[in-house]
Amino acid sequence: MHRVVLIAPDDFEGWRDAARGLAMARVDPADIVWQIGDSPGDLFGDAGLPPPRSSGGFSVSRAFIDLAQSALFHRDPERFALLYALLCRLRDRPGLMEDKADPLLRRVDALAKAVRRDIHKMRAFVRFREVGEGDALRFVAWFEPEHHIVRANAGFFVRRFAAMRWSILTPELSIHWDGEALSEGPGATRQDAPDGDPVEALWKSYYAAIFNPARLKTGAMLSEMPKKYWRNLPEAALIPDLVAGAQRREAAMIATAPKAPPAGPTNSAAAWGALRTEAMRCTRCPLHQGATQTVFGEGPLNAPLFFIGEQPGDQEDLAGRPFVGPAGQLFDAALAEAGVDRTRAYVTNAVKHFKYELRGKRRIHQTPDAGEVQACRWWLTQELDILRPRLVVALGATAARAMLGKAVTISRTRGQPIALDSGAEGWVTVHPSYLLRLPDAAKAAEERARFVDELRMIGERAKALV
Amino acid sequence: MAQLTIRQKLEILADAAKYDASCASSGTVKRDSRGGKGIGSTEGMGICHAYAPDGRCISLLKILLTNSCIFDCHYCINRRSSDVRRARFTAKEVVDLTLSFYRRNYIEGLFLSSGIIRSSDYTMEQMVEVARSLREDHDFRGYIHLKTIPDADPDLLHQAGLHADRLSINVELPTEGGLRRLAPEKDGKRIEGAMGRLRTEMEDHGDAWRKYRHAPRFAPAGQSTQMIVGADAADDRAIITRASSLYDRHRLRRVYYSAFSPIPSPSAVLPLKRPPLLREHRLYQSDWMMRFYGYDAQEIAAATDADTGCLPLDIDPKLAWALNHRAAFPVDVNRAPREALLRVPGLGVKAVDRILMSRRHRRLRLEDVARLTTSIVKLRPFLVTEDWRPTALIDRVDLRTRVAPPVRQLELFA
Repeated sequence: MHRVVLIAPDDFEGWRDAARGLAMARVDPADIVWQIGDSPGDLFGDAGLPPPRSSGGFSVSRAFIDLAQSALFHRDPERFALLYALLCRLRDRPGLMEDKADPLLRRVDALAKAVRRDIHKMRAFVRFREVGEGDALRFVAWFEPEHHIVRANAGFFVRRFAAMRWSILTPELSIHWDGEALSEGPGATRQDAPDGDPVEALWKSYYAAIFNPARLKTGAMLSEMPKKYWRNLPEAALIPDLVAGAQRREAAMIATAPKAPPAGPTNSAAAWGALRTEAMRCTRCPLHQGATQTVFGEGPLNAPLFFIGEQPGDQEDLAGRPFVGPAGQLFDAALAEAGVDRTRAYVTNAVKHFKYELRGKRRIHQTPDAGEVQACRWWLTQELDILRPRLVVALGATAARAMLGKAVTISRTRGQPIALDSGAEGWVTVHPSYLLRLPDAAKAAEERARFVDELRMIGERAKALV
Repeated sequence: MAQLTIRQKLEILADAAKYDASCASSGTVKRDSRGGKGIGSTEGMGICHAYAPDGRCISLLKILLTNSCIFDCHYCINRRSSDVRRARFTAKEVVDLTLSFYRRNYIEGLFLSSGIIRSSDYTMEQMVEVARSLREDHDFRGYIHLKTIPDADPDLLHQAGLHADRLSINVELPTEGGLRRLAPEKDGKRIEGAMGRLRTEMEDHGDAWRKYRHAPRFAPAGQSTQMIVGADAADDRAIITRASSLYDRHRLRRVYYSAFSPIPSPSAVLPLKRPPLLREHRLYQSDWMMRFYGYDAQEIAAATDADTGCLPLDIDPKLAWALNHRAAFPVDVNRAPREALLRVPGLGVKAVDRILMSRRHRRLRLEDVARLTTSIVKLRPFLVTEDWRPTALIDRVDLRTRVAPPVRQLELFA
């Protein structure tokens, strides 16, 4: 058994000198006792160090020295032995440092990583407090590191606060900087450090003000600022209140949300105008390439009735207005028959660009696909947000998909109210162009009558809701 | 109105600054305060001195010089028509506050932004004065980030760059149309023009510095920008493409995304609904993929949902890309090049480097890979090791459900 006495828990030089000699003498890692200070030694450890040898040396890579210099500051009592074991293996396998999958190397790496993190956290979480005035002005901090890092970390504070006089007190060791030289003192207690600083109030105000209560993420905070550091951070005292405040805010939102939906726009005309202007340049889907222009919705912005069609047709595309082609004319006639005031309704389309297929010289209508409906829903949703109609009517399957966000069957959903998320009442019926396409005249008349009936029902419902 | 105290001003002007996402204090030159008469150092890696309960790091004193503004950008809480309380710091107050916070090790430096008062030039002058005073009067060597005003005189931008570590100009919205609608007084061309000028100036100073030891540095930590997500019609595909073009053309260090969050007393022109915070997170992930993992914007666009143009919210974009490109997998950890390994979902840059190093010394088995990475379960379908082949796993229809994180109820008002 060999006994190595190191003068301090972070005595890297001592470890290196001893380890070099022992490794050259090929002493087995199991035969060494590593001891800090002159405390009563291990019962068996009395063989001392082997005599230094002048020949047969070996060199290790820079990577190992860097690693050892970090890992040695870990508080794990096994660190000296682990590093020595790694050194012995390096002697026989110089490439070992690159073999990151090696279990021993991984373990030492983990020690070094913990130490580096502790060093970083000390740089982050030391909080100086001002004491004295004039020539006696001094900044003093109390910090409790997890590993033996204070001496190794002193350089950072010297580089950063060279023109200040400061002291960092820790349970194991104190370091002092007088503007020119660094000195060391014995360990201290929290009582030795000042217990307040006038600027702390400002710092706490800043901490509270920069916090955004709309996005509470305590998990993310805790992973980077674990609770063990809180007791020495003045601002951490605010955290429980800030979190509780944010949760209260959230609870209040839940409580008030169903009763009072967020206040609608106050100047919806400006909002609608701006939205329309932006929509004119829409490139959310490829349909804008073939179409003449965006055909945006139109009608009074306080309309209780909101009709959604499918998409502009050939004539609408040229005119830039919805429902002006043959289907639109049929729609107007049906509304008049049903006694619904067209001037009190807002009409728009699920898809705002004309989708067509060129056949000869004619542009033949093509049904927009789900992707195009989804892309254009952004505009529709905002039109609905601005207008907040009481009744939303989807004409045809495409419009129903845009209104409800999913595909539905017209025959199964028509003729009955559907509660929409916005609080409005939704209705589904056929698209007027469907009536134009029916080949059988009797069937067409029957369907048209049904369409008018439904419009009448919707019109009355709108009056009842107003 | 009674005179506001420093503390009240700080509360108002820090509150107004919290919508700026950036708080980075890294990537600048190494310097320290030895041999000077002031304080401060920067050592490459930034330090986060505290974390707020919103999970964001507090590294810099992030404040506005004033929250009064002559502009009326609809998404901004400080717009002319908003009824927030106004306050204004003098340059000296900001300097004193920065130094007293720095001395106590609360911060790495200052991030100064401002509403526009009187004119762009006047405001920029005030901000440059803060930076100048810190550097010249107090020999401050910590980090300074100045938000610059694109319309300000190029000479002022030049001054700003000589004092600051980082400059930033916000492009605000990913689309030209959105900018015209929501920030009518801002002009996309001028913003990009200013960014282009900054880039040229940074490169010129960089060249000079390589040749002459005493050439002055100009914004050594580069420039960054911020985009608001969810206030206009841009989908993720458009945002990623825009970000990538900004990186290319202006050599940005970072593009920050800020999920539009409904602000008190909102403007009528804004959408009333907020985008999910997760969307912002996915955009940051895609940003990482472009900067560190060798994906280009088109490839990430291929990971977006074909219908909505947005990245999936339930899985990360790297996994989404892998699921859409099964032919590229499985990847043999013992043979594949670095580029292929980087594309394996669950393998980060460090893990890939460790794999590359250790495979020179051994044939990696599954247990070896497990030691080198955080989660082997997620990786398994995409990897071939000495003792493991995923055989049919990679082609399974339900692979997505097997590797996606378990569904959980999101917070209602997160």
